[in-house]
Amino acid sequence: MRAPAPVIVGAGPAGMRAAQVLVQAGLRPVVIDEAPKPGGQIYRQQPDGFTRGARKLYGFEHSKASALHEAARQMIASGQIDYRPNTLVWDADDRQLYVTCDGKHDAVPYERVILATGATDRVLPFAGWTLPGVYTLGGAQIALKYQGCAIGKRIVLAGTGPLLYLVAYQYCKAGAQVSAVLDTSPFPTLRQGVQAFVADASLMAKGLYYMAWLRARGVSMMHGVAGFEADGVGRVESVRWRKNAASAMQILPCDALACGFGLRSENQLASLLGCNFVFDEQDCNWQPQVQPGGQSSRANVYLAGDGMRIGGADMAELTGRQCAYSVLQDLGIHCDKKQVAQLARRIARGRKTRQCIDRMFALPAHWMDAVDDTLMVCRCEEICAGEIRQMLRDDPHSGLNRMKALSRVGMGRCQGRMCVAGASMFLAQEQGIALSGVERLRNQPPVKPIPIGGAACKP
Amino acid sequence: MQTVNTDVLIIGAGIIGASTAYFLSKQGLQVLLCDAGQSGTKASGVNFGGVRRQGRPLSQMPLAARSHQLWGQLSELIGIDGEYIRCGHLKVAFTGQDLDRLQAYNHRVASCGLDLQLLDAGQVHSRYPWLSTDLAGASLCPADGHANPRLVSPALSWAAQQAGTRLMEHCRIIDSRYDGRHFQSDTADHQRIQSRFVVNTAGAWAGDIAAMFGEPVPLTEIYPQMGVTEPLPPIMNVVLGVQGGGIYARQVARGNIVFGGSRALSVAAGYARSSHQSVSMLLTRLAGLIPGIANAHVIRFWSGVEGATPDLNPYLGPSSKTPGLFHGFGYSGAGFQVGLASGEVLAQLIATGTSHIPIEDFRIDRFTADSGKL
Amino acid sequence: MSGLFTRLVDQQRKPCHFFVNGTACTARMGDTIMTALLTLNGHLRLTEFTGSPRAGFCLMGACQDCLVLQENGERLRACSTLLQENMRFVIPEQNR
Repeated sequence: MRAPAPVIVGAGPAGMRAAQVLVQAGLRPVVIDEAPKPGGQIYRQQPDGFTRGARKLYGFEHSKASALHEAARQMIASGQIDYRPNTLVWDADDRQLYVTCDGKHDAVPYERVILATGATDRVLPFAGWTLPGVYTLGGAQIALKYQGCAIGKRIVLAGTGPLLYLVAYQYCKAGAQVSAVLDTSPFPTLRQGVQAFVADASLMAKGLYYMAWLRARGVSMMHGVAGFEADGVGRVESVRWRKNAASAMQILPCDALACGFGLRSENQLASLLGCNFVFDEQDCNWQPQVQPGGQSSRANVYLAGDGMRIGGADMAELTGRQCAYSVLQDLGIHCDKKQVAQLARRIARGRKTRQCIDRMFALPAHWMDAVDDTLMVCRCEEICAGEIRQMLRDDPHSGLNRMKALSRVGMGRCQGRMCVAGASMFLAQEQGIALSGVERLRNQPPVKPIPIGGAACKP
Repeated sequence: MQTVNTDVLIIGAGIIGASTAYFLSKQGLQVLLCDAGQSGTKASGVNFGGVRRQGRPLSQMPLAARSHQLWGQLSELIGIDGEYIRCGHLKVAFTGQDLDRLQAYNHRVASCGLDLQLLDAGQVHSRYPWLSTDLAGASLCPADGHANPRLVSPALSWAAQQAGTRLMEHCRIIDSRYDGRHFQSDTADHQRIQSRFVVNTAGAWAGDIAAMFGEPVPLTEIYPQMGVTEPLPPIMNVVLGVQGGGIYARQVARGNIVFGGSRALSVAAGYARSSHQSVSMLLTRLAGLIPGIANAHVIRFWSGVEGATPDLNPYLGPSSKTPGLFHGFGYSGAGFQVGLASGEVLAQLIATGTSHIPIEDFRIDRFTADSGKL
Repeated sequence: MSGLFTRLVDQQRKPCHFFVNGTACTARMGDTIMTALLTLNGHLRLTEFTGSPRAGFCLMGACQDCLVLQENGERLRACSTLLQENMRFVIPEQNR
């Protein structure tokens, strides 16, 4: 009796490369994806009717994007994978994944699952962050890549991370006006630069290229920015920022602001499946435990891509393949040991590069120090710092999950995605503890909101 | 080993335990309220939040009536309003037979002060146009309502502490026995608690405590499946229930609709998770009952662990074997409303030796071989 | 009120007609609802609790901020739903 085919959640670079390895070994995996087309976020494909080529859309990565799309197209067209687009996996137990497609609920049985669920921007709250015209860096990039639009006419980009410079570059190249780039990280030290160059010369070269290109076009870039806020009535009209905690606020008129502080993994399904998590001091994130081959702490759950650890598209492809090889090995199917070993080496190198990037673009440790009572921490439920402080007065040793239950932070539609970083830092600051001392925000199903109607429960 | 001395040790800081602690402290007794986890986070914190008398058996009516009075004084008791509203409880009937059952129940409880109104299909539709028209009728209890259990239960513990109770959280009782003069209870972190009285309000885990004193009782675990929608425009002006069960729903002030019914799954002793089947069933029922919200989204599912007894009545009252030991558990998913008066009863039993509310039907030993009930 | 988004590139696509508060509008086939609305308008909805205007945030279906109301009472996630002919939206105006 043949075991059911492995299931892959996510059709981005990690999921599709995992699918490819399984297909090459003669299996027919199920690939479930929320989007209508493969590619994930980084290689998101534009809707029908758009005509831009890969070079315009994906820049330096265009050949990787095209290769991935072509591989996906072939597997789908030939029926080599059981491809389920427009399908959300919103819960899972040890036997089945709970899914919804076109408003209808169903269950997909599995024995082994590879979670390749990607990431979102990591955001921190600041005054005015809910104003129309304020978007994430990833969101600004999607507006351009997916819709050929800019989020405004005079745009400020703020936060930290490589995406800051990439989006600035992409926007300027497309003809948008970028007023300024505000980076909360100090300019990399020579030592950091050298380490990063040694780890991945090509990546560093690209970063330097973007910066030089922007500087040549007069885009002002500020490093080591201590804080910024969005101001305006009904929409963002200016950004106020300060060079350091003691200096005065400077004002930049604008009509759009894109912000972000790196990425945060979408690991809710791993959590619901009971995987163990550990706190990563470098990236200031709770991450699922993974063994060298991509296995989680649960025997039949494998983790790949940004959904497992932030690493970028290349790492996603590598870890996707590695998970697939682990599945094959666990199924007793022969694998090319040299390939597996080579993959492991490349992944180890990639992790070193990642460490350099994390050091260069660290989460600003003092962002939530002494925030005003009026700062909105949870955008969905509209809960401000003052309300949380009131709750903490009655329960000063509250953990993050009790704080959620009593203050409502994280109880809204986004289920904590947008507020978890800020809420965790806020709690650590109020309790005078390290960020690592704040417990992980518990996940509850559904992983994303699901419609009530159309509950077609197939037996 | 550290020893703590107290008058009353209460095991379990849910609504029953916290209420007991509150009323005992008010009478000047020294109270230690213990919980294996945090107070008010198990069934008391994750239940539906219905505060209702309608639907309870006759045997629970005196307890429910006294509780109703206490709920009316909630803000004086716990310092917050706990989002408690007396908007009414509407129990709908899908069939003529169900409507007959509602009518029969209404007669049975006619003298209990519920002011029940029986409505036919037309009346239901004109008063509650947001409900499905596929109903035979309904029964309305105008002064029943709902509250927020996430807020009420911890607040009750807080009020007990204000009155003098000492709360010990993350303090699991692993053994307890009576030495003829005192109760000696041991905790998982090697503390000894010496007390004159013990109150067992340990919810789904209270059977273990009862067994420690040689009076094991039938107690099963049930896992109600719960869910909540995104905030919606105001639609529901009553708490909704169904004759025969299957679904209950209420809309909170912020607009979210909280709903429940069916059963989740047990994954390990004391732990429950949503089941795909129960969720699908629940959503189908919800969309059927309130057609206008079929396009609204659910943003959270959860479950909890409740202790259930064979006749769905709690064990409330003195131990049948050990003087000074009292029980208050097994509320079978309906402990929220009666929780306030249950605590008052337990406090009264300790302070005076009697309860002015009849609790004969809740005896701990009613299922033993010689009680004749099994 | 003027829009937020600016059309930059790849905008030669068939027109797509829709309605906002009963008024006929035009965007392009291939636009998401978010693009269509925000090239013409400054916000998508008002929040439940403070009546503040929102215009989305993440554009990838994570933040749930871009929910837009249709005349039939159904809400859609604007960033991940493509505009279709004759869609009818209701966008409440802010009280300044």
